[in-house]
Amino acid sequence: MRLDRSVIFLAVAVLASALATLFEKSINPYYFQIIIYIGINIILASSLNLINGFAGQFSLGHAGFMAVGAYTAAVITTSLGVTRGSIFAIPVLALALLLAGLMASIFGLIVGIPSLRLKGDYLAITTLGFGEIIRVIVQNLDFLGAARGFTGIPKLANSFWVFSTAALVIFLIYNLVNSTYGKAFLAVRDDEIAAEAVGISSTRIKVVAFVTGAFFAGVAGGLYGHFVTYLNPMQFSFLKSFEIVVMVIIGGMGSIIGVILSATLLTILPEALRTVSQYRMVIYSLLLVIIMLTRPQGLFVRRRLFKRGSTPKTEIS
Amino acid sequence: MSLLEIRNLQVKYGAITALKGVSISVEPGQIVTMIGANGAGKSTLLRAVSGLIKACAGNVVFEGVDITNLPAHRVVALGISHAPEGRMIFANLSVRENLEMGAYPRANKGEIGHDLERVFSLFPRLKERFKQSGGTLSGGEQQMLAIGRAMMARPRMLLLDEPSLGIGPILVKAIFETIVEINRELGMTILLVEQNAHQALKIAQYGYVLETGHIALEGSAGDIARNEQIRKAYLGEA
Repeated sequence: MRLDRSVIFLAVAVLASALATLFEKSINPYYFQIIIYIGINIILASSLNLINGFAGQFSLGHAGFMAVGAYTAAVITTSLGVTRGSIFAIPVLALALLLAGLMASIFGLIVGIPSLRLKGDYLAITTLGFGEIIRVIVQNLDFLGAARGFTGIPKLANSFWVFSTAALVIFLIYNLVNSTYGKAFLAVRDDEIAAEAVGISSTRIKVVAFVTGAFFAGVAGGLYGHFVTYLNPMQFSFLKSFEIVVMVIIGGMGSIIGVILSATLLTILPEALRTVSQYRMVIYSLLLVIIMLTRPQGLFVRRRLFKRGSTPKTEIS
Repeated sequence: MSLLEIRNLQVKYGAITALKGVSISVEPGQIVTMIGANGAGKSTLLRAVSGLIKACAGNVVFEGVDITNLPAHRVVALGISHAPEGRMIFANLSVRENLEMGAYPRANKGEIGHDLERVFSLFPRLKERFKQSGGTLSGGEQQMLAIGRAMMARPRMLLLDEPSLGIGPILVKAIFETIVEINRELGMTILLVEQNAHQALKIAQYGYVLETGHIALEGSAGDIARNEQIRKAYLGEA
């Protein structure tokens, strides 16, 4: 039954995002841009939720994977020279997004295998460092535009691409975490040693979560590049990674719907606060503090998760 | 042939040697207990068998196959399940999901469902709570869940680490009775690590006494229970 419900969701969401393209011209471009950012942030936050929320591996390098995907897709479409409206636009973008995801997941594998031996704070710092390494490398690569940025990307992404991808990501993650294989992600999060003891290879699960999350972040990066048409390494600094982490935490680690809602809310909030100009980020940060104090389990989560090691344990004898 | 044969096993935590060359063997169909004080190395032994820690010397042989230092998830697939000390249940998974995770290496859905019913009939309390998340269970219920989860892999050998830890006396008695039932009805061989020597020696056929990393004494459970020194040191007699 569950699968059926998620299939219906996917079908409706894809259809709705296709229909939405008809109204793109009639919406205020500023609002339209925010709507697209919401979709991209939903993909980013949902995929990070798979790593941080479901598998319990605190990663702070998501912007790095996004950057890998964004530049990969941009190089592919610009070198093939497709333009908006050409008949090749759809297959080329699909191919570019796929390769963007694959490239990001290769990076995920390279980073994941050594760093997933680490836990908690150590993993967070390692992934943070990785994200910055990517940015600095891009900043120094001339064929990617270096610090000047990568220009001339065709504007191929629209609301159909962004929201049907978001729906697909949600669909896949929902079905994954409700499968036996996906339950193993939760088991590793709750207790790695117990997971090993029941026959789960926790290293494998962590790497799979990391690589899958990186794949979707890469796709999100590809979509982003083909919407804003200009990439600059500074767009993928650790601040972007933090932004995504905040979305996951505010939405509730391991809550699919919570993270979708918080990605939406936290994309709109800074824009809505533009009316108070110079106090904008003060109010934004204050709101985050208040939310964390009053809803530490996440805004949209009913029940709090048991922390790792909260079940009674004694020392090894 | 013994089901499990441990030869001269040594385990170190950094500079500290926890096991200084331990040799034991477990015959199929038996309950064998390992008693000893805190810090004697009992849990370390089980962890080394199930692959949760690495041994630096010696061998672990299960059904004639050398399984020394295999990763834990592969040991489970070979037929040894470990219910670790402190229970280590998955706090955010439901009772049912915890049990299903116990059958993670297995594929046959029908058999898994059958085994799930079997665990529920051994521990009816778990059936009452099967939708509840593991973290909301009491200590005794968590222990039942840990044993049930280990059984779900349908192992030929069950390693139980301190099932009586932090549980009231009445529940301890019930859990020990169930352990005997698992052994007799399902034919699972059990290696039971316990500080509660009295209870453990009552249900076991054979026993080992572990003292600071080496075997101080072994023999039939009855002999150990009658041993003068053991009575003083572990059974609380003056």
